[in-house]
Amino acid sequence: MEKIYTLSLAFISIVVINNLVLTKFLGICPYLGVSGRIDMAFGMGLAVTFVITLAGSMTWLIDHLILVPKGLEITRYVCYILVIAGAVQLVEMYLRKFFPPLYESFGIFLPLITTNCAILGLCLFLNVWATDNFPEAAVLSFGAGIGFTLAICIMAGIREQLNFSDVPKALRGAPITLITAGILTMAFMGFAGMIK
Amino acid sequence: MANTMTAKQAITGGLWTELPVLRLVLGMCPTLAVTASVKPALTMGLSVLFVLFCSNIVVSLMRNLLKPHLRILMFTLTIATFVTIADLFLKAFMPQMSEVLGPYVGLIIVNCIIIARAEACASKNGIFISAIDAISMGIGFTIVLCILASIREVLSAGTIFGVHIMWKSFVPWTAMSLPVGAFITLGLMLGCANLLTGKKS
Repeated sequence: MEKIYTLSLAFISIVVINNLVLTKFLGICPYLGVSGRIDMAFGMGLAVTFVITLAGSMTWLIDHLILVPKGLEITRYVCYILVIAGAVQLVEMYLRKFFPPLYESFGIFLPLITTNCAILGLCLFLNVWATDNFPEAAVLSFGAGIGFTLAICIMAGIREQLNFSDVPKALRGAPITLITAGILTMAFMGFAGMIK
Repeated sequence: MANTMTAKQAITGGLWTELPVLRLVLGMCPTLAVTASVKPALTMGLSVLFVLFCSNIVVSLMRNLLKPHLRILMFTLTIATFVTIADLFLKAFMPQMSEVLGPYVGLIIVNCIIIARAEACASKNGIFISAIDAISMGIGFTIVLCILASIREVLSAGTIFGVHIMWKSFVPWTAMSLPVGAFITLGLMLGCANLLTGKKS
């Protein structure tokens, strides 16, 4: 019971309090690039959630079972990026085989998940936070993906409304999206006191 | 972009016409994360400059061997190697700075600017042009980072490089050192850049 309590706390904390996009600035590129329409944003969120869960758990295992015991921490970055690229390739093949329309609509953004900072960022943060058991690492990875989906969907919803408003000419596009994101982070700061 | 570039195009590209953060809107993550004060921003900019320079040269050397579908993977592996070097260097010679930057040093690997330059410039041009392009892009990136960091540091603490410059009764804007300040300042900076160049987006 104690275990489940800790894990659910970790999950809530990574989804709303330490949200990767809004407090750690990770995954900003797709956050600005794909948040134009809400259905695309949701699809992107799910793809990232899958890759991040797989990559986060895999890199944690590789790190603790191979790299640290053998003293190979120096190759950490190279190993991580290989795992992530492999996971993305897997998603790409799966989507092309079973969901061709979704595959078409993602286009270039699918291979670019490899270079999504949220994924590599989470794998590195798992080290920084010194996550010492596998279930916690897996839950944190999954939660990070859900947090990303949440943030990008909220943003897509706001941007669909922004299309109808009169934004100053110079601020149209990326600048107003960034300012909106700033206000959104302020809202998310309200969650900060939830867990001590 | 044309397949080959001249040296002059490479220089003006990095410093103005394709200024990394402001004109291409690439490489946002480190830009936002490390610009709470000027020192880490400068270190980050120089690390990116180093990695960009080395990776552009290596990619340029192996541009004829690249297979199209393995391209991105090769780029990221090359970059990861040089980022490891930069990370170890920082850990050895500037341990405090390495603490401050934390995982964001590793995140240079997925900095879109470096991959974009490998793709758009180094995989199509010779070593000389690639090297010049890397230097001008790196300097452009560093300058933008420093400007953003100076604005945020002055407003959030009243200091620059840790030296107090604002008047005594100045009330620091704590919000500027939080994520909120980063997003809004960068948004306004992008807006100013658009205003200056009259670009319609």
